[in-house]
Amino acid sequence: MNVVTPFEGIGASVRRKEDLRFLSGRGQYTDDISRPGQAHAYLLRSPHAHARILSVDTAAAKAMPGVVAVFTSADMAGLGGIPCGWQIHNKDGSPMAEPVHPVLATGKVRHVGDPVAVVVAESRAQAKDAAEAILVEYEVLPAAVDMEAALAPGAPALHDTAPGNLCYDWQIGDKAITDAAFAGAHKVVKFETTNNRLVPNAMEPRAAIGDYDTTSGDYTLYTTSQNPHVIRLLMGAFVLQIPEAKLRVVAPDVGGGFGSKIYHYAEEAIVTWAAGKLHRPVKWTCERTESFMSDAHGRDHVTRCQLALDAQGKFLGLRVQTHANMGAYLSTFAPCVPTYLYATLLSGVYAIPTIHAEVKAVFTSTVPVDAYRGAGRPEATYLLERLVDVAAAETGIDKVELRRRNFIPTDAFPYQTPVALQYDSGNYFATLDQALETSGWTGFEARRAEAAAQGKLRGIGISTYLEACGIAPSAVVGSLGARAGLYEVGTIRVHPTGSVTVLTGSHSHGQGHETTFAQLVADRLGVPIAQVDVVHGDTAKVPFGMGTYGSRSLAVGGSAMFKAMDKIIAKGKKIAAHLMEASVEDIEFDRGTFRVAGTDRSKALAEISLAAYVPHNFPHDELEPGLDETAFYDPKNFTYPGGCHIAEVEIDSETGRVTVVQFTAVDDIGRVINPMIVEGQVQGGVAQGIGQALLEHAVYDSAGQLLSGSMMDYTMPRADDLPPVGVATHATLCTHNPLGVKGCGEVGAIGSPPAVMNAVVDALRDYGVRHIEMPATPAKIWNIINAGRRPMAAE
Amino acid sequence: MYDFAYHKPATIADAVKILSADPDARAIAGGQTLLPALKHRLNRPPAVVDLSGIAELRGVKRDGNKLTIGALTRHVDVANSPEVQAAIPALAKMAGSIGDIQVRNRGTMGGSVANNDPAADYPAAVLGLNATVVTDKRRIAADDFFQGMFTTALEPGELLVAVEFPIPEKAGYAKMRNPASRYVMAGVFVAKTAGGVRVVVNGAGPGVFRQSEMEKALTANWSADAVAGVKQSAEGLNGDIHGSAEYRAHLVTVMAKRAVAEAG
Repeated sequence: MNVVTPFEGIGASVRRKEDLRFLSGRGQYTDDISRPGQAHAYLLRSPHAHARILSVDTAAAKAMPGVVAVFTSADMAGLGGIPCGWQIHNKDGSPMAEPVHPVLATGKVRHVGDPVAVVVAESRAQAKDAAEAILVEYEVLPAAVDMEAALAPGAPALHDTAPGNLCYDWQIGDKAITDAAFAGAHKVVKFETTNNRLVPNAMEPRAAIGDYDTTSGDYTLYTTSQNPHVIRLLMGAFVLQIPEAKLRVVAPDVGGGFGSKIYHYAEEAIVTWAAGKLHRPVKWTCERTESFMSDAHGRDHVTRCQLALDAQGKFLGLRVQTHANMGAYLSTFAPCVPTYLYATLLSGVYAIPTIHAEVKAVFTSTVPVDAYRGAGRPEATYLLERLVDVAAAETGIDKVELRRRNFIPTDAFPYQTPVALQYDSGNYFATLDQALETSGWTGFEARRAEAAAQGKLRGIGISTYLEACGIAPSAVVGSLGARAGLYEVGTIRVHPTGSVTVLTGSHSHGQGHETTFAQLVADRLGVPIAQVDVVHGDTAKVPFGMGTYGSRSLAVGGSAMFKAMDKIIAKGKKIAAHLMEASVEDIEFDRGTFRVAGTDRSKALAEISLAAYVPHNFPHDELEPGLDETAFYDPKNFTYPGGCHIAEVEIDSETGRVTVVQFTAVDDIGRVINPMIVEGQVQGGVAQGIGQALLEHAVYDSAGQLLSGSMMDYTMPRADDLPPVGVATHATLCTHNPLGVKGCGEVGAIGSPPAVMNAVVDALRDYGVRHIEMPATPAKIWNIINAGRRPMAAE
Repeated sequence: MYDFAYHKPATIADAVKILSADPDARAIAGGQTLLPALKHRLNRPPAVVDLSGIAELRGVKRDGNKLTIGALTRHVDVANSPEVQAAIPALAKMAGSIGDIQVRNRGTMGGSVANNDPAADYPAAVLGLNATVVTDKRRIAADDFFQGMFTTALEPGELLVAVEFPIPEKAGYAKMRNPASRYVMAGVFVAKTAGGVRVVVNGAGPGVFRQSEMEKALTANWSADAVAGVKQSAEGLNGDIHGSAEYRAHLVTVMAKRAVAEAG
C-alpha cells in the first residue's frame, strides 16, 4: 500500500536520505574506489609562472623503482586540447582569442602548477619519487600576473594567438543612449572596485581514475565531476576521440564542487588516455596544495563604473568597464562568466533605463579562472550594491529609500532589462520589508551606541539582490556563444510493484537531491520517499544530462522529472482506462490513485504498474507494456531569485577585526520543496559570501608565485567566523517552469558580500571611508582606523 | 614523505642514544610540525625517533612553588590539569588556546618549546614565566634557551625532558591570531614573578623576545594603562600578506594591555 505522509511532499523538511551514508563515513568518493591492478599517477608541475621548456629528461625517472611509465606532451601528439564550452565575440564581431590548452604543457608553461609530465607507478609514493628525478630545463620568462600589466604595451605575451594577452573585448547595451542619459544627469557617481580572487576549496580534492577494458575497448573514467555527461562529451569528442558508446563517465559521491568541478580538467584526460595506453587502471588524487594551483579559481574582476541619477535619485543610466582575469588558459565556462553571467545582471533589482557595459577578458600567468558559486552574478551584485550605497552617501538620500525609489515595480513583470534579460516575477519591496523587520533595522542606532560604549564600532549593511539562474534556455545561450544546450533530462521508472527509480542528469554533490527529488515524486505520484531511489552521476545509467551548476538542478532537472511524470500519468491513465473499461478522458489522477471520474472505481499506481509489466490482456496495438518515461526539459527562460540580505558587524577598533554579529537573509527562491535543505543551502552560501567579504584572497606575487597557496595563508571561513544566519523565504512563483521554483544554491554567496561590506563601511563612517576592498582583513581595517577620524571627502 | 628509519625507544637514555648516534635523526613528539613537513617532503631525516613510548616524559607535578611539566604532556592535558589551573591559570588558558582541538590532542609542550616557532604560543609562556628548561644533560634558563627563529640552546642529540615553571604572583596572555593559520600574529605574555615583571612578545618578530620598556612600565605600575602608552618599534618585526610590521607593532601594545587585564 502506498502511503505518502503529509510530511514527505513538497514543503516538508524531510531529513536527508543521503545523510546516513555520509555521516557514517560510508560515502563512496572517487578516491575510495580502487580498480584491480591500478597504477598511480603523479603530475610534475611547473614551479615557474612563465617559462620556455627547453628540454625534459625522463630517463632517470623511468629507471626508478615501481615506475610504469613517464609521459610528456611529446607522447601525446594527436590528442586534442582541453576545449572551451563558450565562444564570445569581440565588439567588432570577430571571435575571441582561443589559444590551445594542451593536456600537458607544450613548449611553454604558463602558470605555476601547469603540468609538464606525468609519472605512472605502482604506488603514489614511487610516482612522486620518480617525478623528482625528471630533469626539466626551463628558460624563465617574465610573467604577466596583474591584469593591467598584462594588457600594457610590451607585456610578456603568453600565447602567440592572443595578441596583447587579450581574450576578448566585448560589450552589451547601447552606448549612445547611455551616453545621452549621462549627458542629461543631475549627478554622476563614480566607483571603482576589485572583486577578489578566490580559491574554491571543496572539501574533497579532485580525483580521477581511468580504466580500460582490453576485450571490449571500453573506457571508464571515475571522476569528481558536477556533470559526467559533459565530461564524456568534451573529453571523448575533443581530446581523446573516443565515441560516447565506448566511454563511460562515473561521478560517484562528490564532496562539494561550488563550480570548480564543472570543468573538464587535464588530469581526467591523462588517466583515461594512460589507462588505454598501459592497459591498466590509472588513479590520480589531488593533494590540497596541488589543488590551490590546479583547480580553477573564481572571481578576479577589476571594474570602473559610473551611475547617472536625476535630482530625485532615480537612476538614469549605468556605465561599466570591467577587466576579467581568465588566467593562463580558457577553462570550460570561463568566457561566459564575465559576460552573460555578469554584465546581463547589471540591472539588478532596479529599473535602470539604459546600461552600457564593456568587458575585456585577459590572459595572465595564473591558474585559469572560471565559475565559482554564483559565477559573475556575485561580481555584478557586489558592484551594484556597493555603488548604490556610495550613491546614497553622495546624494544624501537614505540607502533604503534610494533602493525603493529605483526598484522595478511589482506590477512591471515581466520586466525587460536593457541588458538582454526578461525577469518573469519578483517582489523586491516584500523581501526588503520582511528583512528590515526581521533584522530590527530601525532599532539599529541603539545597538550602535551600545557597542560604542564598549569600544566597538558597529555597522549595518543591506543588499537587495537578484540573480539569474536555472540555466538555461538552449536557444538563448546558443545565440550567446554556448557550444551546448542547457536542458536537463529526467527518467521516471515505475517498477512493477510501484516503487520508483529516478534517473536524473543533475548531479548531487552536497545539495540533497536524493531527498528533494524523491519529495517531488512523493508529492505527485504518491509514492513514499523510502520507495523512491534517485540515481545520478553515471553515463551508463542516466540517459543524458547537463549536470549541476548555476542553481539549475531543481528548476531544470526537477522540471524534466515533472515532465516525465506527466508522461507516466498519461500512460497510467491509458492503462487504468483499459483495466476499468472506461474512457481515458474520464480517468483522473491524484497522488497515486487513478479514478474513473464521478465513480468509486479506482486503481492504485502499484496496480497500474503491475499491469504495465504483466500485460496479459493489453491491446498491444494501442498500449505498450512498461511504465518508464524520459523527458528532456529545456527551460523557457532563466529563473530570477532575488531578495534582501542584511548584515550587522562589529569592529574591534584596536585590532581591526570584523565580526559579523547578525545576518538576515530573506530570499525569494520561488516554491520551496524542502525548507531545511534550503536553509542549509543559503547558510552555506552566506558562509562563502562572508568568506569572500572578510577572509579569502588568492594573492600572487609579481613573479606569479601564489603567496596564499595553502590553508596556512588562504583564510577559509570557519564556524567561529560565522554568525547565526536567519533564513526566511518569501515566494513569488516562477511563471515559466511547472514547479514554480527558482533555485537556492547560489543566493547566499551572491547577496551576502555587499551586505557585509556595506556594514563594514557603515561601521567606519566616521573615518572618512568611501569604500573598502574585499577582503576586509584586520590589518586593512586597522590602517583605516589608525589614520584617524575624519569626515568623508566629497567626490 | 620520504622513507626513514623508525625508532620507538622506551627510555630517555635510549632515545638520546639514537639521537646522538645520528645528528640528522629527528625526535617526534606530537608531530604537529614535523609530520606536515615530512608529508610535504620539506624534511628528509634518515631516522625518526618516536618519543611517545617514554612514560617518564609525561605529566604535571607541583612541588612547592614550582610546577614541572613533562615534555610529552599534551596541550589538552595542560589545559585541563587542575594543578596547572590552580597554580598558573594563564598557562592552562594559553595551552587551551593553541591551534584547534585536533592540534591540542596531539601537540606537546616539549615539541612546541624545542621547535621554537616564532608564531607558537608556548615559548612566550616559558620565557614570560622565567621557566627552566630541563634536558637529559642540564638545566637551561629560558632567557638562554630561545635563540631566534626555530633555534634553541639544545645541542644535537640533547633531549628536552621537562620545563619547570616557578609559580608567579599573576600572569596573563593575549594574542591576535593569524586569520588563516590561526598561529599567533602578535601575542604578549605578562607575569609578575618573584624575580620581577616579565613581558614577552611572540608572533610579531622572528623569535620570542622580552619587551623591556613594558617591563619597566609594569614594574612601576601594574595596570593595563601603564603599557597602553608604550609603543613597540616595528623594526625587525614580521610583515606579510596578513599584516605589516607596523600593524604587528601596534598589536603588541594592544595585546600587552589585554594580557595585563587578563592577569588582573
